[in-house]
Amino acid sequence: MLTLAERRRGIGAGLTVLIAVILFVGTAVVTLLAWDGDQSASRLFTAYTWSILRFTLLQAALSTLLSILFAIPVALALARRPGFPGRVWIVRLMALPMGLPALVGALGLLGVWGRQGVLNGWLTAAGLEQPVSVYGLSGILLAHTFFNIPLAVRLLLAVLERLPAEYWLLSASLGMKPFSIFRFVEWPALARVVPGVAGLIFMLCATSFTLVLVLGGGPAATTLEVAIYQALRFDFDPPRAIALAFLQITVTAAVVGLVTLLPAATDMVRTAGRSIQRLDGRSGPSRLWDFFVIAAAVIFVASPLLSVLAAGLRADLWKLVTGPRFIQAATTSLAIAVTAGTIAVTASLAILNARQAIRDRRDPNLAERLLSTSLAGTSSLVLVIPPIILGTGWFLVLRQFGNVGDFAPYLVAIINALMALPFAVRVLEPALEDHRRQTARLAAALGIGGIDKWRLVDIPVLLRPILTALSFAMALSLGDLGAVALFGSSDLVTLPWLVYSSLSSYRTNDADGLALILGVVCLFLTILGTAGRKEHNNV
Amino acid sequence: MFDGIVLDKTALTLGTTHFDFDCRIEAGAITAIAGPSGAGKSTLLNLVAGFEQPQSGRIFMTGTEQTLSRPSERPLSVVFQDHNLFAHLDVFTNVALGISPSMRLSPHDRGRIEDALTRVGLEGFGKRMPGSLSGGEKQRAAFARALVRRKPVLLLDEPFASLDADLRVRMSDLLLKLHRETANTVIMVTHDREEIARVADRVVLVEGGKVASSEAKADYLLRFASPASTRPGTV
Repeated sequence: MLTLAERRRGIGAGLTVLIAVILFVGTAVVTLLAWDGDQSASRLFTAYTWSILRFTLLQAALSTLLSILFAIPVALALARRPGFPGRVWIVRLMALPMGLPALVGALGLLGVWGRQGVLNGWLTAAGLEQPVSVYGLSGILLAHTFFNIPLAVRLLLAVLERLPAEYWLLSASLGMKPFSIFRFVEWPALARVVPGVAGLIFMLCATSFTLVLVLGGGPAATTLEVAIYQALRFDFDPPRAIALAFLQITVTAAVVGLVTLLPAATDMVRTAGRSIQRLDGRSGPSRLWDFFVIAAAVIFVASPLLSVLAAGLRADLWKLVTGPRFIQAATTSLAIAVTAGTIAVTASLAILNARQAIRDRRDPNLAERLLSTSLAGTSSLVLVIPPIILGTGWFLVLRQFGNVGDFAPYLVAIINALMALPFAVRVLEPALEDHRRQTARLAAALGIGGIDKWRLVDIPVLLRPILTALSFAMALSLGDLGAVALFGSSDLVTLPWLVYSSLSSYRTNDADGLALILGVVCLFLTILGTAGRKEHNNV
Repeated sequence: MFDGIVLDKTALTLGTTHFDFDCRIEAGAITAIAGPSGAGKSTLLNLVAGFEQPQSGRIFMTGTEQTLSRPSERPLSVVFQDHNLFAHLDVFTNVALGISPSMRLSPHDRGRIEDALTRVGLEGFGKRMPGSLSGGEKQRAAFARALVRRKPVLLLDEPFASLDADLRVRMSDLLLKLHRETANTVIMVTHDREEIARVADRVVLVEGGKVASSEAKADYLLRFASPASTRPGTV
């Protein structure tokens, strides 16, 4: 349907993006692996690296287990109660942690569970001496469950809600008791996606950086990512960083490979369409249990958010936002986020266009099919090579050319763009696909092409999904501490870095105020970035 | 005492639509529920099944009041148009759930399940998963489950609507055969006039949320037949 020139342009742009990504990621990885090879190899299997690896896997496994275990009863309860008061808002609340910068979430958790937090305040008031400690493994698990229980709840709830309405009527008509319904209807449905959800959560926890940095304590509670960061930033020990990076890539590659084999889960919760009628769970104890479970989940997720809000409002926000440090950091963050977002969206469009151009051919040749597959895999490449590895690699490369700090903002922007790439692709793909299906034949028949096609056909329809993807990518970049952590200095201060350094220098009041601002901005952008997507999928 | 099904001024409002059913359905007969879509055919069936409860009025079945009883307490089995089988359970388990919702089965029960599968023409299908069955075979399995439940009333919600024309005829024959063997009371929502002609004894016409008429099949067909198709054998 496309003209030859259009197809060539499409494939050419996609190829350029592919080469650029491979060059960027490849340079980092090759430099890492080639650097001082002998010394790094001998550092690979020391007691230290093993203990870090063990802890990384242990905390990820425990976090995953706890998240799934707690998410299942919440999802079951929410699915059983389609008419629960405020249910829509509860489901929306479960989406918030995903959009919240990890650092802001960590601050909120400290506000509730920390040494000076609400909970310990109550315990002390009640006469209990031993405060709850949130540093070390327990803190990491707390933070990971705070971010991942809501994610798992949404994914599992979506599965339960997609079951045919007849199943619930049938089980009522057959007189199935709650346990039978769980055994024959609910669990088989959940069991199909639990491995995929668990894999996803395990991967998020195995590569989580910020939460471990803030809440982990000392060498006993450090993950690979944080250990790489410490090796470079504090000890300047590249061989150790490289050995750890090698382990990190191995772990993430194995997990990503495993996760792609498992059935994917989506969080498209049914908001419209045929209403579900649940006739089970009408008994008093069942109602009480579901109320308790849902209320506990709401309190667990909402309390850190409220803590961020309350603590932030106590800070002198006006003085904070008019201060030179904030204005400088906000400008830097915004510049990086806009750059990263634009790169991510442009690259996504190029990738998707190229794949469409290849699919447009009746029988693509081997090279074209190969290119299409590689393009599809490009966005997941970033999942295998975490930002801290990209940062480390490029750190070593650029060190040879002068002051790393001079290149840092660009590097952070590119790394952020790569991190946002899979999400931008996921937002844009269905929109582009629909648009092509609806207009391709007509545009070809009318002979509209080039600039006119963009102006008249594409932009009016695609502007919304493009802005959606952009705001999502910007939210990711604005809230990210991982890429900037290696390069942050007095020359390069982003908002998350400013929060983090305020926190480390015990200016907690400033940190609270900044975290509130950052959290609100990121949540706002994420909500913009997901609203369009949900609407699209409900049509 | 009337031993069929009585809807005694049962009223219900769903959203902005008001339903008000008042009718008697005879025991041991096949009664078709006909009417335009959106008229309330399925709501009537849901009231009988217990999936909906009336805001006023009463429902009787085989002489006892069932107005507020739960679906599983009512003397009936239900077959929907679709999704009658749990897709992740094999045919045997799907049928067996009709006997024991917690799958506690005696050897005698197992024999009855195999027997029911044979009677609906699914001998040896016990280990098959629903995904590997055709639309007609899935509905046969649903009938087998209704058989093992041995309930006096069978509710069918457009059970053959997603099947092709030939298959609809064969499934109608199966329904008639099972009906003669068990002498059950069948209530069947349908919008297919040929199906009414093939299987029904009586027809309840639902219009605008109310029962517009309840009459013998012959009278119904006569009223609605166009002059060109009044010859015997065509409808």
